[in-house]
Amino acid sequence: MTVLTENPSSAGQPQPLRRPRKPLGTRAYKVFRVVALIAVVLFLIAPLIWMLLASLKTNVDIYDTAKSFIFSPTFENYANVLQRNNYFVFIFNSFWVAFVSTALSLVLGVPAAYAMSRFTMHRSALVVLMARVIPGVSLLVPWYYVFSNLKMVGGFEVLILSHMFVALPLIVYIMMSYFDSLPLELEESAQVDGLTPIGAFQRITLPLSVAGMATAGILSFIFSWNNFMFALVLSGSKTKTLPVAIFDFVSYASIDWGGLMAAATVVTIPIMIIALFTQKYIVSGMTAGATKG
Amino acid sequence: MPPAAATNSLTGPTNWANKHRKWLFAAPAMAFVGILIIFPLAWTLYLSLTDSQGSVRAATDFIGLENYMTVLSDVERFWPAVGRTLTFTGIALVCEVVLGMGIALLLWRPFRGEKWVRVAILLPLVATPVAVGMMWRLIFDPNIGFANQLLGAVGIPAQPWLSGQDTALGTTIFMDVWQWTPMVVLILLAGLTSLSEEPDEAARMDGANAFQRFFFITLPLMMPTVIVAILLRGIDALKTFDILYATKGKGGGSFHEVETLNVYAYGLSFDYNQYGLSSAVLILFFMIIIGSMWLLTMRKKAGSK
Repeated sequence: MTVLTENPSSAGQPQPLRRPRKPLGTRAYKVFRVVALIAVVLFLIAPLIWMLLASLKTNVDIYDTAKSFIFSPTFENYANVLQRNNYFVFIFNSFWVAFVSTALSLVLGVPAAYAMSRFTMHRSALVVLMARVIPGVSLLVPWYYVFSNLKMVGGFEVLILSHMFVALPLIVYIMMSYFDSLPLELEESAQVDGLTPIGAFQRITLPLSVAGMATAGILSFIFSWNNFMFALVLSGSKTKTLPVAIFDFVSYASIDWGGLMAAATVVTIPIMIIALFTQKYIVSGMTAGATKG
Repeated sequence: MPPAAATNSLTGPTNWANKHRKWLFAAPAMAFVGILIIFPLAWTLYLSLTDSQGSVRAATDFIGLENYMTVLSDVERFWPAVGRTLTFTGIALVCEVVLGMGIALLLWRPFRGEKWVRVAILLPLVATPVAVGMMWRLIFDPNIGFANQLLGAVGIPAQPWLSGQDTALGTTIFMDVWQWTPMVVLILLAGLTSLSEEPDEAARMDGANAFQRFFFITLPLMMPTVIVAILLRGIDALKTFDILYATKGKGGGSFHEVETLNVYAYGLSFDYNQYGLSSAVLILFFMIIIGSMWLLTMRKKAGSK
């Protein structure tokens, strides 16, 4: 399967020809490798830890460079952000928009990807995938005009529609490469056994594609959760999503760093937890179609 | 739906659906794309030929290519924005591909603790870009930021980072490299894992050292994957908006230090309501994106022959 390009990393198991287990390189290389890997991990993680630490500091401590790492932690920033600034509402908004736009995009995108894969509809696929290339701003002006005429700006419907613009092409792209990798024979033998083509899709192909749909769905959820530009223009006070809420945090004169970092942590933590549990799927989604050449 | 009955009946809705399943399956998604993407894009093209401004509802006149003339002769905002967009994308891409290849090679052979490194690689990738922007704003703050603290510890004078007119763009490139190198790593690692061992093994037998094997065996074999990585990352890098707007705000800062085409077009549309002009900028921007993709795919085809 091209989509699931995961490394088998369980040590000790007999490996096929691909990856010989015998140690490669000299001792100097091994030392270099450990040092380099630690440097990479530090480079990637340290900023996030800094954000987390700052979110647990009072603003006085943030300004005190002597208290970079040793300070008495406080949850005051979180209490402020969650209660006074109503972040629970924004968390719900972000979740709802991401969830519904992902679900609808799966409903539209999976059958479409199936048809495009099985009937090699290259030109149609290109049209859908073009959406990955178009700058979002060029869609926002017409959308804003149409949807404000329909009195829909500020509602959930328009946000969900706009997020589907990102989700649908992503899902079609990932699912197409997934269906490409599924053998045709299974469907064909199901049809010989008396299933209609649509029946074979429903009962054979779809159940086999759960992993692919999970991949596409999780990635689309993450992209929607993180989306900023569409919500910046199209959301109203009742439908504001988390990224816009954080952005609004700094539009006042002086920055409440502790609160800002707490808000940034509140946005990032849920998506990181999801990512940790679904690591395999995210990796396969990010690399979908990349190794086919 | 009993399957046997369905295949036997040669007429009826089920049969019709099965016969036309190709379009039945594809049509809803295509219609969605058509209504939400093609139509707005056509509208943008139309707006770019009018003097639309203030309100989209206001009456407009058709002015032909005048907006394009205005934009293309604008050396104050447009051309610098083109330059910044290309600089940002070019430097970020080079850093991400070189670093990404290095890290992918480090991760190629299995080792203890692989799991933890993979988690570290995943986290920046999924972090919300606006939150990431805010995080770096604090780290790069000239007075209280950790970056200057770190520089001070090794005796380098404090830098203005995001607030410096010459350093802001470089700092945002750094942020992009931090967040998106992991994606390049994942793509290149998938490519490395799918390579066959034999050419490398044969070269080793012939006495080639690690550098020779990388530059003459692995890298040429990896070229198609590298180009896919550049394509996917390049498209997104050209369109970068979130971290730029989150760190420098409207107009890419008071001196437009980080104003790329996307930020410029957004400002024209939603801060100044210059819809005609902004549409012209967007069409030109779109052409730049398509053009650079086309160049890359040409190279890819030429490379694979």
